Amino acid sequence: MIIARKKPIEEILSDIAPYDRILILGCNECVTVCEAGGKKEVEVLASALSLYHLNRRDKKTFGEMTLERQCDREYLEEIRPVQDDWDAVLSLACGVGVQFTAETFPKLPLLPGVDTICLGANEDRGLWTERCQACGSCVLAKTAGICPVSRCAKRLLNGPCGGSANGKCELGADTNCAWQLIVDRLKALDRMADYETVAPIKDWSTDRAGGPRTVTREGIQI
Amino acid sequence: MNETVTSQSRLERILTSGRLAVTSECGPPRGSDPSAVREKGRLIKDHVDAVNVTDNQTAMTRMCSLAACIHLKQEGIEPVLQMVTRDRNRVALQSDILGAASFDIPNMLCLSGDHQSFGDCAQGQNVHDLDSMQLVQTACHMRDQGKFLGGADIKRPPALFVGAAANPFADPFEIRIPRLAKKIACGAQFIQTQCIYNIDKFKAWMHRAVDRGLTERAFIMAGMTPMKSVGMAKYMKTKVPGMDVPDAIIKRLSGVEKKKQAQEGIDICVEHILELSEVPGVAGFHIMAIEWEEKVPEIVERAKLFPRPAIDE
Ligand code: SF4
Repeated sequence: MIIARKKPIEEILSDIAPYDRILILGCNECVTVCEAGGKKEVEVLASALSLYHLNRRDKKTFGEMTLERQCDREYLEEIRPVQDDWDAVLSLACGVGVQFTAETFPKLPLLPGVDTICLGANEDRGLWTERCQACGSCVLAKTAGICPVSRCAKRLLNGPCGGSANGKCELGADTNCAWQLIVDRLKALDRMADYETVAPIKDWSTDRAGGPRTVTREGIQI
Repeated sequence: MNETVTSQSRLERILTSGRLAVTSECGPPRGSDPSAVREKGRLIKDHVDAVNVTDNQTAMTRMCSLAACIHLKQEGIEPVLQMVTRDRNRVALQSDILGAASFDIPNMLCLSGDHQSFGDCAQGQNVHDLDSMQLVQTACHMRDQGKFLGGADIKRPPALFVGAAANPFADPFEIRIPRLAKKIACGAQFIQTQCIYNIDKFKAWMHRAVDRGLTERAFIMAGMTPMKSVGMAKYMKTKVPGMDVPDAIIKRLSGVEKKKQAQEGIDICVEHILELSEVPGVAGFHIMAIEWEEKVPEIVERAKLFPRPAIDE
């Protein structure tokens, strides 16, 4: 899923400063699971902002709404009847949701309430970690199911670098070395010989480098 | 070993002739004054066969490696152009290879480079379009096929002697030899190792490299860095990833008074070179006396590596 983190409150306060009536818009998908932008977080942020502005006698009002998804026009339509009630929307969805909401309502100012971090997994309670960078051409069959593109700080396809020590990346003790994980798994799978296959130069045109990416599936297009 | 040479490299000729080669290292300055590079070069000129020029080492922005190589070359010193894959994509890497070849810089060493967070541009992007093995492949492809990665012909392909680095001590341990084999399979003709302090472990690694026939296919140069003090030894042991400094070295350095530790460090280095000169498969030494270049001549002379052989052009 997409992992996001709440934006620093100072940044939110500065972004909403020009507006009086602000709709805080949550999303029921990824950001709910990673506890950054679901219904619960919308409630908490709305009360914090209301209280803050009440104390300062600012006349700001905050609304709360959480959609099933912000990356789907069908659900975004729920905003249409109330769009004129608000000066701006503070969306707690990922960057996709914020943009799709903005595209759907061209006259409504949209502000992000979270920072979108990565494609990751819920590794432990309160811990989400990156697993994929959507490079557009999956190498996992060749790397024992562990992704060096997203998990190696140098995205080495023929790793490790000389900085790998005791299972950790040269970045420090908080980061596992992806290539140690790959080697461990090759060993567990009894496939150590595979290590010596040289990974060819990668075609990064399916990655960010190739420009915005699109998937079309003809059979289901209308 | 293949007797045909692929470049005008003096380093390649000496290695191919079976004599122990000696290289050293020069870090370009954090400024545009070329005298620093030239001065470092002059200090070691007569005692080494070639000098590696580091490429924004530890991700600190410095004068570019290629420019510093040209300064050395103008001093009559043969450079080894170090190239990391951190800062340049395949367009820039191929372009710099051609730029180096246009000055007839004959050697290059392919590396991935320290992560940018260690340097002065921690907020910068890293590139890593290719990795170090793919850079070795790219250089060999340009030289041997006379073609760009994109397929077009290169007018006057680069004549290069291509190398890579190896760390006999890094983790994961079980892939130390497979990783070396992989680099050589990609085309690496010479290997310069990480600084060696754990002689026994290095010998065991070397033994396995010889057993696998890798020393028949590439020249392995042992990396040597003299310790300046016990403080440096402790720092290397605990703070530098992938460095193996045995306690015996630290004990020996702490056994002498502070102002004699540097000399003790040089002595250890000389003893190590003399010992490793006898180890099958060791083709030469890469002496990295960081900001201590003036000591290289003493080390080379005492390690019986002087005078350096003359090579007919
Ligand atoms: S230590 Fe491992 S994860 Fe970190 S950059 Fe090197 S190979 Fe990649």
